[in-house]
Amino acid sequence: MEAAAEPGNLAGVRHIILVLSGKGGVGKSTISTELALALHHEGKKVGILDIDLCGPSIPNMLQAQGRAVHQCDRGWVPVFVDREQSISLMSVGFLLENPDEAVVWRGPKKNALIKQFVSDVAWGELDYLVVDTPPGTSDEHMAVVEALRPYRPLGALVVTTPQAVSVGDVRRELTFCKKTGLQVVGVVENMSGFACPHCEECTNIFSRGGGEELAQLAGVPFLGSVPLDPELTRSLEEGHDLTQEFPKSPAFPALTSIARKILDRLPALLS
Amino acid sequence: MEEVPHDCPGAESAQAGRGASCQGCPNQRLCASGAGAAPDPAIEEIKEKMKTVKHKILVLSGKGGVGKSTFSAHLAHGLAEDENTQVALLDIDICGPSIPKIMGLEGEQVHQSGSGWSPVYVEDNLGVMSVGFLLSSPDDAVIWRGPKKNGMIKQFLRDVDWGDVDYLLVDTPPGTSDEHLSVVQYLAAAHIDGAVVITTPQEISLQDVRKEINFCRKVKLPIIGVVENMSGFVCPKCKKESQIFPPTSGGAEAMCRDLKIPLLGKVPLDPCIGKSCDKGQSFFIEAPDSPATLAYRSIIQRIQEFCSPNQSEEENLISS
Repeated sequence: MEAAAEPGNLAGVRHIILVLSGKGGVGKSTISTELALALHHEGKKVGILDIDLCGPSIPNMLQAQGRAVHQCDRGWVPVFVDREQSISLMSVGFLLENPDEAVVWRGPKKNALIKQFVSDVAWGELDYLVVDTPPGTSDEHMAVVEALRPYRPLGALVVTTPQAVSVGDVRRELTFCKKTGLQVVGVVENMSGFACPHCEECTNIFSRGGGEELAQLAGVPFLGSVPLDPELTRSLEEGHDLTQEFPKSPAFPALTSIARKILDRLPALLS
Repeated sequence: MEEVPHDCPGAESAQAGRGASCQGCPNQRLCASGAGAAPDPAIEEIKEKMKTVKHKILVLSGKGGVGKSTFSAHLAHGLAEDENTQVALLDIDICGPSIPKIMGLEGEQVHQSGSGWSPVYVEDNLGVMSVGFLLSSPDDAVIWRGPKKNGMIKQFLRDVDWGDVDYLLVDTPPGTSDEHLSVVQYLAAAHIDGAVVITTPQEISLQDVRKEINFCRKVKLPIIGVVENMSGFVCPKCKKESQIFPPTSGGAEAMCRDLKIPLLGKVPLDPCIGKSCDKGQSFFIEAPDSPATLAYRSIIQRIQEFCSPNQSEEENLISS
């Protein structure tokens, strides 16, 4: 007889999406944040779990850096980043006293914290939990996939940039998904072209074609391309309210389309 | 060491061999005896091996995707332009080994000989080693936990037959974890000249890079300096400059000033760089007059001066 998974803190979370890439710096954290905002825009209640222990970027992106994390009887209370309390966030960034302090931990210690993050955050009722990961296919990734397995995550959104060097790493991530039994929701190509603000000429700074090629190679859906938007980067860093700024960005229609594709594919993904 | 349990407290920890997760681990007795706390004999073996290597440079960043591998590869190409300089490039990014592709060596395999593993040579004076050469398919994933990655790094440092080398460059993955601790520990007795830290201009990178600098200081690794990559983009059509990754908090310049670390240089974004890396060719050959090439060359010179200050002085005296 199969033991039922303890419901615990993830019982109220309807769907879990992991955002992965083999490659660093392709925009996993940015896409995780943008996806959460796009889903929120579609009326969903979302949470973001940032398990990048060495480089926790999301608190800064959502102007939540330095916020205190409280404990309740069910565990840690996630930080709400909007007034309506419909976007919540948990990150190791909140646990660091000094933001310049490096988390210099070996694998076993990282695994232990990730397990805690998965089971001990009191998320409450959520439509979507977006899990942002560090680059690679190592301790953090194995730990989070194992810890989430009883809760049957929807799958992984795999992020790449257009160039072959990224695709080279990200195809290994797709193998990781296959080996660990994690369904691939689709591939997103980030930093896909830059429109010069002076003359509107579009330049493919990081080459082109990688995202679609990767999706084809692996036989998974290509969800879309997201262009480079320095103004959004600036907003992310200068403390603007992203829920207001994001809809004005050229990246917004791309993320909306990606979010809608995920919502449309839900029945197929759940079967 | 054989496979360790998932909750392994670490062979050097006080709980080694005594924790609940140690039950049933093949290494339990070894750890409980305190042997794990003894210095790894490999450290001395690596010190011996490194006697034929004059300068060792680590290329680090806290942040992913800032151009560590691109920089390491081009630092190697730049140094190797002098045929009399022997250069070795070691890629310790076990999960995402980009160096074979960037150096045009995809599909190459390594050979074992009596004196150890042979690196793969791009030129007579430029040898490369990466886990990428040990994988039989581009789809193979290296899904290893920390201890196994550390074992690989130890092997790379101890068992590769580099020969006589002027510069050993070590390309690292992003972060401050197993790989970084291991390479610093294993090279502890062999003296590392220093680390070059790569960043991009925006605060989200600098945030992670400050942690990396913090790490360097903690492990007493000298910092040669910081390189700001992807620093500005010149539109090929209208030639006006844009900041794709805006330096919202003053960029690397402000950070270096605050932390009193040299800024070695700023490299602008040139779409040719990405293309060259994808093709596995040196960007210096593809675009010799690009502002990015000129920036790289100036940075490489400063690194050489750091490593051999006396030599640079002598050369200046001779030419004056």
